[in-house]
Amino acid sequence: MPLIRLQDIWRSYQMAAETVHALRGVSLSIERGEYVAIMGPSGSGKSTMMNLLGCLDTPTSGTYELNGTDVSHRDDNELAEIRNREIGFVFQTFNLLARATALRNVELPMVYAGVSPDERREKALVALAAVGLADRVDHRPNELSGGQRQRVAVARALVNSPSILLADEPTGNLDSKTGVEILALFDELASKGNTIIVVTHEEKVALHSRRIVRILDGNIASDEQVRRVEGRESRFEGKPAPDPSA
Amino acid sequence: MNFLSELREGLFIAWDSLRANKLRSALTTLGIVIGIVTVTLMGTALAGLNAAFLKSISAIGTDVFFVAPWQWFSDEPWWKMRNRRPILLADARALVRQTTFARATTIDASRRMTVRYRDLSATSVNVSGTTEGGAEVGGLVLKEGRFLSAAEVEGARPVCVIGADIAANFFPYESPLGKHLRVEDQNLEIIGVLEKRGSFLGMASLDNEVMLPVTKFVSDFSFRPPVMIRVKVRDLKEMDEAREEIRGIMRKIRHLAPGVPDDFAINEQAAFIQTFDRMNSVVAGAGLFITSLSLFVGGIGIMNIMFVTVAERTREIGIRKAIGAKRRAILTQFLLESALICLLGGLLGLAFAYPITLVMDRFMPAALSASLVGIALLVSVATGVIAGFLPAWRAAKMNPVDALRAE
Ligand SMILES: Nc1ncnc2c1ncn2[C@@H]1O[C@H](COP(=O)(O)OP(=O)(O)OP(=O)(O)O)[C@@H](O)[C@H]1O
Ligand SMILES: [Mg+2]
Repeated sequence: MPLIRLQDIWRSYQMAAETVHALRGVSLSIERGEYVAIMGPSGSGKSTMMNLLGCLDTPTSGTYELNGTDVSHRDDNELAEIRNREIGFVFQTFNLLARATALRNVELPMVYAGVSPDERREKALVALAAVGLADRVDHRPNELSGGQRQRVAVARALVNSPSILLADEPTGNLDSKTGVEILALFDELASKGNTIIVVTHEEKVALHSRRIVRILDGNIASDEQVRRVEGRESRFEGKPAPDPSA
Repeated sequence: MNFLSELREGLFIAWDSLRANKLRSALTTLGIVIGIVTVTLMGTALAGLNAAFLKSISAIGTDVFFVAPWQWFSDEPWWKMRNRRPILLADARALVRQTTFARATTIDASRRMTVRYRDLSATSVNVSGTTEGGAEVGGLVLKEGRFLSAAEVEGARPVCVIGADIAANFFPYESPLGKHLRVEDQNLEIIGVLEKRGSFLGMASLDNEVMLPVTKFVSDFSFRPPVMIRVKVRDLKEMDEAREEIRGIMRKIRHLAPGVPDDFAINEQAAFIQTFDRMNSVVAGAGLFITSLSLFVGGIGIMNIMFVTVAERTREIGIRKAIGAKRRAILTQFLLESALICLLGGLLGLAFAYPITLVMDRFMPAALSASLVGIALLVSVATGVIAGFLPAWRAAKMNPVDALRAE
């Protein structure tokens, strides 16, 4: 059973004059543990698909099965619960709470899961240590660098042990060096068995994944495995990417 | 368990956001502050007036009938009752003799007069004639000496019992007993001094008083004055029978033919309380109106500022929803914030009202009661919840995709 199964997904927006079809019958399966990049030009429907995969939105028609259950027609509260349990988001603009410390930001998903304060704190500290921010837990976002902020966001996304890590242009607001660091973190997470879906328009970013799905005008244009690139390891300054064929 | 952790988070956020917007929160809460100040002061004043009234009214006694020509707080026009025949001493004595339900009775008449002792004088003293039953009916307690005896009343003896103020003013350093007061051309020997009694409804002092046998009063200070009879009933349960009996006796004494309406009245404490209650509810109604008006205005202000807050924090709402906050969690968060603003307004209102009640306490028994504090805080929280509901609901049902795209 695939982790994600989209079947003939349509997402249409009713505008005043016309109907915009952002997705036109997309079908796609993703297995547990895959590291997938979704690519496509601007306006092709990447974010729309991301919102559907992340249960932030529901399709106009078609079915979305997550972990074997149909989630395409759930109400607001049910979707919130699914997001809380199954999905970890990483956004281009970090989307941290500005007035809260790194620790509190990471605790947040557990607040809505009803985890006790002590356990919350403990798990959040572990998650922050895992992204290399053990010494920054009491900093607020404006006291952190862009890369550090995105690490906090990753820690927050992973703290509830979700089924999927969804990232929409995770390196879009970072300089190239910091972006590489975040991608290295993703590689490490993927090698540990996390399912990762990254939306990007950068070939370099997509090449970190093991499968690239290209979207054009709301349809899947191509869907192929990434071939090993010669000399790729050298770009990671001693942090080798895991073997995608392993 | 989930809800508890949402609640704790909500409180935390609310407090955090209040601290971030101190001035705005303070200005917003002004309407609530005014409302709470009004409601507490009004409540305290009413409670104080009530206490003062009940203390005064207890001097009348629940179980005492006042038989007089005129009705208290009557709806009948005064010019009709004015022409009623007075009750004369002989009639009063007949009534006292015939009534069977009385524990004690007394016949009273009084006038304001000037009282002298040596070269000291006091004007406008309440000089009253009474009988030996006066102490029991009026609940009088003697500090020194004794009250009038039956023999002294029967013999119209020139003796008197004086109030605490008279005693204090005329005899600051000596016992008044055995001294003689001069009222008009009569010398009255002081045989008793009353304990201090305070004032009636904050007006007439009950201690500026000289009491003498009513027989003496009628013969020397007044020509055929109207008198009043007070009847203290044996048992409160017999009030109705006693009233009927007194009425029958009075009608006979005054030779009223059957069918002719009474030309006298049997008054009791209940009439005072009724009138006071009516006045009370008018004042309370006005207070309630002012309070709800300012709370309403305050509530609108809160609602407005909460809409602004929700709009400003659209992005945050989107983040929280993406991370798994349900509608209930967002709703709770903003309701708590609005309730907290109002609660602080309420506390601020109480902080303003408290010193004012201390000042009020100099004029009447006014104390900020615990229940009033509770009501004030409850009302402010309720205002916050009601005013915050619409904005909070708007936040709760925001679409996460749109909210995340905000700014
Ligand atoms: N809320 C909306 N209302 C109307 N049309 C929308 C809405 N959201 C997206 N669209 C339309 O759907 C199409 C796909 O949009 P989407 O945001 O998914 O593109 P994208 O691939 O993420 O583009 P980009 O790379 O620029 O972010 C676009 O034509 C867009 O105009
Ligand atoms: Mg997009």
